[in-house]
Amino acid sequence: MYTQALNARDASDERSEDAALLAAFQARVDAEEKIEPNDWMPEAYRKTLVRQISQHAHSEIVGMLPEGNWISRAPTLKRKAALLAKVQDEGGHGLYLYSAAETLGVSREELTEQLLSGKAKYSSIFNYPTLTWADIGAIGWLVDGAAIMNQIPLCRCSFGPYSRAMIRVCKEESFHQRQGYELLLEMCRSSEEQKAMVQDALNRWWWPSLMMFGPSDTDSKHSAQSMAWKIKRFTNDELRQKFVDATVPQAHYLGLTLPDPDLKFNEETGHWEYGEIDWEEFSRVVAGNGPCNRERLAARRKAWDEGAWVREAALAHAEKRRNRREAARIAAE
Amino acid sequence: MTTTDRTADLFAYTLRLADDAAILGQRLGEWCGHAPTLEEDIGLANVALDHIGQARALYTYAGEVEGEGRDEDQLCFLRHERQFNNCLLVEQPNGDFAQTIVRQLFFSAFMLPLWRELKASKDATLAAIAAKAEKEAAYHVRHSAEWTIRLGDGTTESHERAQAAVDHLWPYTGELFELDGVVERLVAAGIAVDPASLRDEWHATLREVLDEATLRLPPDGWFQTGGRSGRHSESFGHLLSQMQYMQRAWPGLRW
Amino acid sequence: MTEKNTPLWEVFIRSRTGMAHRHCGSVHAADEEMALQAARDVYTRRGEGVSIWVVPSSAIVASDPTEKDVMFEPTASKIYRHPTFYEIPEEVGNM
Repeated sequence: MYTQALNARDASDERSEDAALLAAFQARVDAEEKIEPNDWMPEAYRKTLVRQISQHAHSEIVGMLPEGNWISRAPTLKRKAALLAKVQDEGGHGLYLYSAAETLGVSREELTEQLLSGKAKYSSIFNYPTLTWADIGAIGWLVDGAAIMNQIPLCRCSFGPYSRAMIRVCKEESFHQRQGYELLLEMCRSSEEQKAMVQDALNRWWWPSLMMFGPSDTDSKHSAQSMAWKIKRFTNDELRQKFVDATVPQAHYLGLTLPDPDLKFNEETGHWEYGEIDWEEFSRVVAGNGPCNRERLAARRKAWDEGAWVREAALAHAEKRRNRREAARIAAE
Repeated sequence: MTTTDRTADLFAYTLRLADDAAILGQRLGEWCGHAPTLEEDIGLANVALDHIGQARALYTYAGEVEGEGRDEDQLCFLRHERQFNNCLLVEQPNGDFAQTIVRQLFFSAFMLPLWRELKASKDATLAAIAAKAEKEAAYHVRHSAEWTIRLGDGTTESHERAQAAVDHLWPYTGELFELDGVVERLVAAGIAVDPASLRDEWHATLREVLDEATLRLPPDGWFQTGGRSGRHSESFGHLLSQMQYMQRAWPGLRW
Repeated sequence: MTEKNTPLWEVFIRSRTGMAHRHCGSVHAADEEMALQAARDVYTRRGEGVSIWVVPSSAIVASDPTEKDVMFEPTASKIYRHPTFYEIPEEVGNM
């Protein structure tokens, strides 16, 4: 979901590395062996993974905010519980992913710092606002649907900890898309005004969802290397097409119209062809100028800053405990 | 006593328990995505989900007892400020992390023995709900107690914040032990638990935790009251206006 | 950021009675009790466990992957450790 090809490789990394080691590494990857944290790996592979996994983790964490916006206003207790459990899951997924990144030698605190300083990227979909309750359904259906398209191949990623985290995430996430779609189905069946609310949400979330797969293959510079390393299994456009093919019939089942006049089914290829994506909007939002970029980062900074005294207290107490235990041990001797 | 009176009492009692759970669940849900650590974000959401689950079971049962076809959502989302009978403690705003934790400790240390005793209720449904809720409350006590100890016996700042939270919330604890006609009659009938009988245990739990946390238990003095008869804090209306927004703005629809 | 790092703990979960604890991930926590609670809250939300171990990540000693051959290769030739190495006539029955 979050591989928006924001990873710029450092060309200098490889020059100094032993050609034999590189060849052996590539042979292992080609043989579908998993690379583990302590194994030798090219510096660029390590850097690419740290960036990709941490971007993925940041996306989960920032992704809690737009949906969290509706927890206190969920229309029924059942929906409230489901939404809270789902947003909580996103937090869990962020945690698994941070852990996977940490195996490569960066700390959670460093990664958090990168997010809060604006240095690290996260999926730009979360810079769009959730305006109505239907947006909660649309996120589950479209955003999680797009995420699943991307995350299922990542379960076979060459890096062991990332692949294992993805397996767990995919297992847990299977309910997310369903809860979103079921929520929309209920609304569409209940009344015309609710259906209109759903249509409005689809209109706003459709294009940003397509952008989640990242730039078109012709403009995506780093795909080839990531594919060779088996960090990536499909290109951006392949995944996007899969998503469109899966989603269009689901929209029709809801009785909705996709906001794309160029959308049409190609009988020969068996695929849905879609219109031109507004890549200017994509670049603008990635660069920080989306509707909610500033709010999202401000909310994360506020939570982190206001939590500082709590984290300090826990550490200070842990140290007191250690000292007391030590003193008791010495006294006993 | 007539069956109708008994039904009205049981409805009122179940509704109070439901309101307590729903309102605390609502407050805790506000933390999601904003907690001091990622681990705690997940932890607080678990506590919130326990309370929402309890609220659903209790509202559903209250609706059945009432017999007028109201379901869990009608009871939760379509009553007004003055019709809610939760205690004032659970509706208090989250404040800082210390206030949220101390609020939880005060409440869960009371609910744990209450659920334990309610398992013996002659009302089979309440007894069954209590059996499940008891285990949840036991974890809530443990979670909030461990945090209280770390905040109280952590840094100077955390100690001050924790003590301020204890002092601030203390006046809202008196209400937990209030006994009115509804509870009195149901206690006599073997259905409800006499809250006064839980006081010593509650006190002992708090003393133990606060001692270890190097925090001071305030002396019993003046206590706030009103929640059980629908007189709430000013902030409560805002909580409801958020919680009930959808059902009020789009009445009678399915979600 | 001058913030001190909160220690990392490895989490092991016993999924059912009778099974061994299995590594399932990690959490950050200041001390062992908080680590245990965090592990419970993070890794057992769907009834995944009946018992949890938490171990400071720093306490784990790992074998060196470059010594993989030295460590694990020699065992490959010791096929007499496996039951199929020994031929028992069928008439003897299951053994």
